[in-house]
Amino acid sequence: MSMSVATEQRQFTSHMRLFHWLTAALVLTMLCIGVAMVASLADYHRLVSIHRPLGILILIVVVIRFVNRHYSTLPPFHATMSPRERSVASASELFLYALLVVQPLVGWGMLSAASYPITLYGSIHLFPILPHNVMLYAVLRRAHTVLAYLLFLTFLAHFGAVLFHTWVMRDGTFSRMAPWKVRAQ
Amino acid sequence: MGGWFNPEALTPARFADGFERVDGIYSGFRLNHAKGVCVSGSFESNGRGTRLSKAVVFKAGRMPIIGRFSLAGGNPYVADEPEMVRGFGLLFKLSDGEEWRTAMINTPVFGVNTPQAFYDRLLAAQPNPKTGNPDPEKMAAFLASHPETVRATKIIQSHPASSGFENSTYYGLNAFWFMDANGRSIPVRWSLAPVQPFAPANSTGPARPDKNYLFDALIASILQQPLQWHLIITIGQATDPTNDATIPWPDAREQLDVGTLTLERVESEDTSPCRDINFDPLVLPEGMAPSDDPLLSARSAVYSQSFTRRAGEKKLPSAVMPSEVRE
Repeated sequence: MSMSVATEQRQFTSHMRLFHWLTAALVLTMLCIGVAMVASLADYHRLVSIHRPLGILILIVVVIRFVNRHYSTLPPFHATMSPRERSVASASELFLYALLVVQPLVGWGMLSAASYPITLYGSIHLFPILPHNVMLYAVLRRAHTVLAYLLFLTFLAHFGAVLFHTWVMRDGTFSRMAPWKVRAQ
Repeated sequence: MGGWFNPEALTPARFADGFERVDGIYSGFRLNHAKGVCVSGSFESNGRGTRLSKAVVFKAGRMPIIGRFSLAGGNPYVADEPEMVRGFGLLFKLSDGEEWRTAMINTPVFGVNTPQAFYDRLLAAQPNPKTGNPDPEKMAAFLASHPETVRATKIIQSHPASSGFENSTYYGLNAFWFMDANGRSIPVRWSLAPVQPFAPANSTGPARPDKNYLFDALIASILQQPLQWHLIITIGQATDPTNDATIPWPDAREQLDVGTLTLERVESEDTSPCRDINFDPLVLPEGMAPSDDPLLSARSAVYSQSFTRRAGEKKLPSAVMPSEVRE
C-alpha cells in the first residue's frame, strides 16, 4: 500500500465495515440463540433449526470477509496506540477470526460425529466431515461450549477496548469502523 | 430462555437430573428406555403415502432402516415384565441423504400431555428408598391434579399388551404435519401394525420366565424369519387435537397403509451403530413437520441431553446379547 493512501484513509473500506457489522449481528444473535437453546424445552427445536444454518452462514461470511480483508487497504492505527497495543489489537483480531472459523467447523464436526443429519433448510443438508464416533462427539460438544464462552469473552474485550479508546482516550477509534461514512477533518 | 433466568424452570439438564435421581446412573446408557437391542432391515414404501406428504420416504421403493427395541425406565439391566412399556426407535435412510427418525411405544396414547407433567409423574413414581415402592400418596396427588392422565390410563388399560415385542403395535403418539407436493398440510399420527399375529401377554411360557425373556423371544423370532410391520398413517381432521398426546383421535379416521417394514437382523447394542444413535423424534425429512404438541420439542431437547451425557461415558456391556440366544 502506498503512503499517500494510508495517510488519507481514516476508515476501513465500506465493504469491510459492512462485513464487520454483519458478522457482529450474526454472532451476537448466535450467542443468544445458543444460550437459550441449551436451557429451553419449548423452543429447543425451533432454535436448533435456526442455529445450524446460521452457523454455516457465519462460516461463509467470515471466510469471504477474511479474503476481502486480504485484498483491502487497512487504515493506519491511531498515533495514540503504542507498538505493543497495536500488536495486541492485531493478535486479538486474528484470534477472533480463528474462533469464528473454528466454532462453526466444530459444530459441523460434532453433528457429524453424532451421526445427526446436518439439515440446513428443507431437504438441504450438509455431508458429514467426521466419522460416527460418540466419544469424539462428546469432546467436540464440550469444545463447542468452551469456544462459545471464549468467543463471548473475546467479543467483550474487543468491545471494551473500543469503548476505552473512543470514550476515555477520545481518539476516534470507533469512527474507523463506524457503519456510516466519517469525513476527514 | 426460561431456564436461564428462573432456577425453578424445567430445562433439559434438570430433566436429565430427574431421570438420574429416580433410576440411578448407568454409565453409557440412555436415561430412559435404557435396556434395548438393535435391529436392522428395510422399509418398502408402496407409494401411497405420496398423496399425503412429499417426503422422499413415501416414494415407492425400498430403503435401509436401523431400529432399537427397548423397555421404558432408566435401568439397563431390569428384568423384563409384560406390562412394562415397550419402545421401538426407528431410523429410515432416505435415498436423497435425508433421514426420518421416530421413537414409538406400544401404548395407543401417552400418559401425560406436557413436559412438566412428565417430570412430575416421574418424581411421583420414584420408589421410596425404605420400602422400595413408589409412595402411593404422591402418585394419588399427581393423579388428582392430572385428570388427563387418569383418562389416558383407562385407554391404555383397554389395550392389553401382547405377548412380545414382535407382535406389539407401536404408536408414534404425537401428532405431526404432513405437507404434500401442492403445499397442502394435514395433521397425522402414525403407528406400526405387526404382521405377526397378536397373542395376549402371559399366555405363552412359564409364569416367571427369564429376566430377558421378552428380548430373547424377539431375537429368536428374528433368527427364525424376518419380522414385519405395516406403517399406518392416521389422517386427522381439523377438529382433532394435535397438541395433546393423551387424547386418541376418533376410530373413524382414515388410515392409510404406506408400506412394510421388514427386520432381518438383530444385534447387541455393543456392536451395532444403534447404540450411538439418538432416535430424536424431530429428525424429520422435508414433507413432515412437528405439530404444536409441547412434548415434541421437549423430547428432542431431553433426548439430546441424554445423548450428550452418555456419549462421553464409559460404555458398559448391554444386558441383551443375541449371540447367547439360539433359534
